[in-house]
Amino acid sequence: MSFLKINNLSVDYKMRKETVYAAKNVNIDVNKGEILGLVGESGSGKSTVGNAIINLIDEPGKISSGSVILGDLNINENSESVVKYRGNKIGLIFQDPQTSLNPILTVGEQIIETIQTHLKLSKEDAKNKSINLLKEVGIKDAEKRFDDYPHQFSGGMRQRVVISLALCCEPELLIADEPTTALDVSIQSQILDLIKKLTKERNLAVILITHDMGVIAETANRVAVMKSGNLVEIGETKKILTTPQQSYTKSLVSSVPPTNKKISRFVIVEKENNKKKENNIKILNRWTKKEISNQDLVQVKNLNKSFDDNFFAERSKNFVLAVNNVSFQIKEGESFGLVGESGSGKSTIAKMIVNLFKPSSGDIFFDKTCITNIKHRSELMKFRKQIQMIFQDPYSSLNGRLKVKDIIAEPITLHNPSISNSDLNNYVNDLLDSVEMIQKSADRYPHEFSGGQRQRISIARALATQPRLLVCDEPTSALDVSIQAQILNLLKDLQEQLNLTILFISHDLPVVRQMCDRIGVLKDGKLCEVSNTEDLFLNPSHEYTKELLHLMPKIESIYN
Amino acid sequence: MDNNLNLTKWERIKDSDIYHSFIKSPTAIISSAILFIIFFCSFFIEFLTPYTPFDPSSLSLMDAFTPPSWTEDGLAQFILGTDGQGRDMLSTILYGCRISLIVGFAAIIFSLVLGVGLGLTAGYFGGKYEMVVMRLTDVQLTVPSILMALLVDGIARGLISREMHDEMAIYVLIFAIGISEWPQFARVSRAATLVEKNKDYVSASTIIGVSNIVIMFKHILPNIMRPVLVIGTIGLALAILAESTLSFLGVGVPPTTPSLGTLIRLGNDFLFSGEWWITFFPAIFLVILAFSINLLGDWMRDTLNPKLKK
Repeated sequence: MSFLKINNLSVDYKMRKETVYAAKNVNIDVNKGEILGLVGESGSGKSTVGNAIINLIDEPGKISSGSVILGDLNINENSESVVKYRGNKIGLIFQDPQTSLNPILTVGEQIIETIQTHLKLSKEDAKNKSINLLKEVGIKDAEKRFDDYPHQFSGGMRQRVVISLALCCEPELLIADEPTTALDVSIQSQILDLIKKLTKERNLAVILITHDMGVIAETANRVAVMKSGNLVEIGETKKILTTPQQSYTKSLVSSVPPTNKKISRFVIVEKENNKKKENNIKILNRWTKKEISNQDLVQVKNLNKSFDDNFFAERSKNFVLAVNNVSFQIKEGESFGLVGESGSGKSTIAKMIVNLFKPSSGDIFFDKTCITNIKHRSELMKFRKQIQMIFQDPYSSLNGRLKVKDIIAEPITLHNPSISNSDLNNYVNDLLDSVEMIQKSADRYPHEFSGGQRQRISIARALATQPRLLVCDEPTSALDVSIQAQILNLLKDLQEQLNLTILFISHDLPVVRQMCDRIGVLKDGKLCEVSNTEDLFLNPSHEYTKELLHLMPKIESIYN
Repeated sequence: MDNNLNLTKWERIKDSDIYHSFIKSPTAIISSAILFIIFFCSFFIEFLTPYTPFDPSSLSLMDAFTPPSWTEDGLAQFILGTDGQGRDMLSTILYGCRISLIVGFAAIIFSLVLGVGLGLTAGYFGGKYEMVVMRLTDVQLTVPSILMALLVDGIARGLISREMHDEMAIYVLIFAIGISEWPQFARVSRAATLVEKNKDYVSASTIIGVSNIVIMFKHILPNIMRPVLVIGTIGLALAILAESTLSFLGVGVPPTTPSLGTLIRLGNDFLFSGEWWITFFPAIFLVILAFSINLLGDWMRDTLNPKLKK
């Protein structure tokens, strides 16, 4: 008899035009002492299921059928009954520790408040209990830090506080909704270890909601796969990941970048737009293809960048070098990866290469010309044409007020004002073809497209000036894993056909391994090491690289 | 998604969220219906009324001080009565309303162009220029707008000859009201620009090589228009009220071509002698006009602001 039983749960959202079925007849059960991974892509209904357990469905959503049975209680009989269990028998951990704590109350006050809401304890007892809890989740000097405010904790520590909040009333069920998505790899593994430890020690039933197959492989005992509101498959983690039965699970697993080997292309089972892949001959005809010269296209020399241009900031005091004496070269035609955690300066370097920021000191050479101190606009335009960038967030990187064709046409007309209208239309269509979008897309607005399609439009825009260097700043980190696989495949195809040089920036080591020939590892603005991809993954020389490689969640760990 | 392409413009509008929110809001429907009637009547008043209140030859002093038609002494041909010179109140009000609307719209467009221009450039370029512009708005905001308008009017009277003044009065008024309302637009558009300019689409345009002017006006401007239009609507009501206040104080449009404010001032003299309708109807008309615009503005703010959505 399992501890938590979800029977035939359905959640509907009645919208103006249609009813969205966020969950359809979902049956899930969780035992005590086990972690159930709930995995799926965005919009699959995994968070809806988590929220439905505690009746936290926002309007206009409604639980239309089904029951949630915790132990021997039907906790979803009415909305009042569940309030008693929320925070008491059921603990919750949310994605963003920044927003799930109240910034104007000390950590201690928040824990005591929660304890006293549910348990009849004196203030003194509640305080002792909360200090013990903070110790249990691994916060050092708990007595002292008890009176600190949330902003005095780092992201990882804050998530520990959230976990202690979730545990403070001795819950039997813990729901963790993407608990590590906002955190860096090294902190992610600590938090996951903590959740695993607590599950064992307290005999909790845990539902871990995540999109990350690596996290699932390393933590979950069993896994439930969801797709557009339906439960696709549920079973032992090892079984599901190694021998998936359903085609959706198969495609999901095959889209995950392997950490232990480099594959040439991801196997795509389901395609986003059911379009047959064809060669980009049309765009190639327009392309003045450069011979690969095997020389350095980009040389970065002793690059420094500090952000001290604040008028009121006291200079030279506590000032942080976002980029600290970084030098590297990118050969023409190769993919160079920059890896690092948040705040390591990788995006700052990208923005200096594309000339959005000026470096504080140091030089960047492109094709043997220094591009850091170009004064004349016409001179600058020559380089603008050759260096293009793809951004992380596909939603903010396209102007929502312009049609797709205008977005893609803008760079073309700018660099070739004399182009005729019909030629321009053809060019836009060819570009859309080359990123595997249908030509009809040209007349639509960006909001009509999904994240992956928007990223394709972004790529088409970047290709419109026929650049030699493409700077990709986390191009897939906002995308689902199956879409990521398609975009990465596309980038690889384009690079091969167009002889592009790519600077690929990411925090995601497996992705970088798939994409890059050489990799540089950044930490706190400093370049730790640069080496060939295979060497880096097999024999890392720097301590930090070793640590990163050790900590990254590996989907292959399931085989051990 | 595919069928979206084949829709006509009207069908697209019918499909939009704004249309649906409009249909579901009685306040929005009623206030815009009232506004439509007022706009229509005041701009086509020549075709709707047999009277020409500003042609002295057509007036008969015999009709002066006729009370509204439903009172004991009322005449059927003067629905809302007449004023001291025998002018029909209803058509005088509608003529006056036209002046008020023209001044209000012109003033708000003037301050919108000025404010958005300064706010957009300040937000985009930043630095010392931004500091100067924003301190200028701070200074401007410390001066009450009526005082500012009185000041402008005073200076204009000094500069323009007496004969010219009546002709120029309406332009002076537009300038005076416009100059006191622009800081709001500057602040809102600067704040919105600061948000927009850090978005990736602006970076992408910069990398492509698009010039600053084009980025500002082609890319950023359309994206900051929503909040600007919302305060523009509410500002319109304020501008109309400011116009009336100034005219009431006697520094606005001259009595020969009266606006609503002038009418209220003229009628005010008769209030204590019992001819209440001469000031009451223009006043109630002004209240309905400003109230409808404000209600419509509130509805727009709620609909266009995603943060206030339920």
